[in-house]
Amino acid sequence: MNTWVYVDHFKGTALPASWEAIGVGKTLGTVKALVFGSGVEALAKTAFEYGADEVLLADDPALADYRAEAFAATLGKLAADGAPDLLLFPTTTRGRELAGMTAIDLKTGVMVDVIALEAADGKITVTRPIYAGKLLTKETCSSKPQIITLRGRAFPKPAQQAGKSGTLTKVSAAAGDFPTKVEGYTTAEGGVSLTDAGVIVAGGRGVSNNPALTPPAGLDEKQAEVWRAQQGFALVKDLAAVLGAAVGASRAAVDAGYIPYPNQVGQTGKVVSPDVYIACGISGAIQHLAGMRTSKVIVAINKDAEAPIFKLARYGVVGDLFQILPALSAAFKKKLGK
Amino acid sequence: MKIVVCVKQVPDSAAKVVVENGKVSWGDAPLVINPWDEYAVEAALRQKEALGGSVTAITIGGEGSKDALKHALAMGADDAILISDPALVNMDTQATAQVLAAAIQKIGGVDMAFFGRQALDGDAGLVPAQTARLLGWPALTLSSVIKVDGGSVKVERGIEEGRQIVTAKLPAVFSLTKDFGEPRYPSFMGIRKASRAAIPTWSLAELGIPAPVSVIAWPEIMNPPSREVTCEVISGGSPQEIAEALADKILAEKVL
Repeated sequence: MNTWVYVDHFKGTALPASWEAIGVGKTLGTVKALVFGSGVEALAKTAFEYGADEVLLADDPALADYRAEAFAATLGKLAADGAPDLLLFPTTTRGRELAGMTAIDLKTGVMVDVIALEAADGKITVTRPIYAGKLLTKETCSSKPQIITLRGRAFPKPAQQAGKSGTLTKVSAAAGDFPTKVEGYTTAEGGVSLTDAGVIVAGGRGVSNNPALTPPAGLDEKQAEVWRAQQGFALVKDLAAVLGAAVGASRAAVDAGYIPYPNQVGQTGKVVSPDVYIACGISGAIQHLAGMRTSKVIVAINKDAEAPIFKLARYGVVGDLFQILPALSAAFKKKLGK
Repeated sequence: MKIVVCVKQVPDSAAKVVVENGKVSWGDAPLVINPWDEYAVEAALRQKEALGGSVTAITIGGEGSKDALKHALAMGADDAILISDPALVNMDTQATAQVLAAAIQKIGGVDMAFFGRQALDGDAGLVPAQTARLLGWPALTLSSVIKVDGGSVKVERGIEEGRQIVTAKLPAVFSLTKDFGEPRYPSFMGIRKASRAAIPTWSLAELGIPAPVSVIAWPEIMNPPSREVTCEVISGGSPQEIAEALADKILAEKVL
């Protein structure tokens, strides 16, 4: 099968799901990787090292920033000429949008956020979660090319083979006067991205309940609650720092103003699938469980032994997270030699 | 400012959704306006409040889908249109986008079209960008801040790395994320107005397009494999002893 893989990157740093997509493409046949940007030839080299047979490199100042319309026009023209059987994208904000637009341009469909696939006679059948993972559906596409976005961490990342090379084909960016202009960026406050994270430490409403704390004078009741919660989240963040983990939160914690929305895990936040998910003071509402139920090892720390989160957890501690979390950070620091 | 907001009726997010006898069931959970779409309605209303104009809510579906439109009306939308046709079943996202793009064109003179970031049932998140592509309008997806200045607009879009600040010319398509700001509750007066509102129905013939052809098929919908876990509760001793034991257990999983 002639598979093309869109390499999603930000300022030359690829999102790892792009390499996972090359790995999937290689199991089906030959892979052409698409690298669009400005000054991104190094990324083309890396694409070879992850297994691409050929790279179509559109290196042009007009592509310095991701703009849906400019990227879709470039991709649509290449695909119309090159006629791939299959177009793979990582399920990222850019990948999803570009896949959708390209499908319109090429008059085909998109199978989005796929977690498994099989090919028979050139036709792919995918499996993907719907209802935030409460159900799975199989999907097929009756038109060509078949366009698929792959969920990050659902497929293995291929080993990087230093020095491996392939055919580098330079292509031009689509000319045109595109209607959007990128003015700049505000970067997220540091830390590990939730969807790429191997380990996530998450906090819920319970992080605001530390009776041992006395809020500073002059705060009203709501401000005092948020202040308490922020002290609690500091313990969550400490453990995350020790483990190199991302920080997550339940909807209840986000809605109560304890932590910003980009940290929300669940049906109306991010759907994650880390190797280890440590839920602290999260009872486990169905909307939250939907967003993290495919984590490999789930650990729950909660003072309520009846909390639904324990039904998914491999390990549980029924106790006071304000005592357990600092002790757990200290224990990992020691055992991991940090 | 002529504003359209596209909404959808979905099972409540608290519903336990299962497959029974090959069919998706959400028990007796209510159908509600897609929670993401409430942010879209909120964004539409704020633009109208700032700039004047009108907000029209549209949806595709049967009579029951009027409830999602009534929610938008109760929040403050001026009018609503139900797009309904026996041919509009089991549509994939590009087919849905064709219908919505046709409706937006038929309404005519639209400056801004708002969408939720994705529907809580299908979870595809493709329709806003695909509708924009069909209309030839900029797709300003995952927006959390929207500022209109004359005929142009500046938005902040959520991306993995933070936010991207983009300017574009109107008309444009927007999809909204939760950090746009809390959607308002329907007011009592709004609910009364919505209950009395006449909602016209447009068929495909009235839209003037043939039935769109879906290319994605769903041969099987399944319950996810159940998680065979028994929770091992770590207990006994001081917090330090519990933490030591828990750390050892996690390390023994060899996933760190």
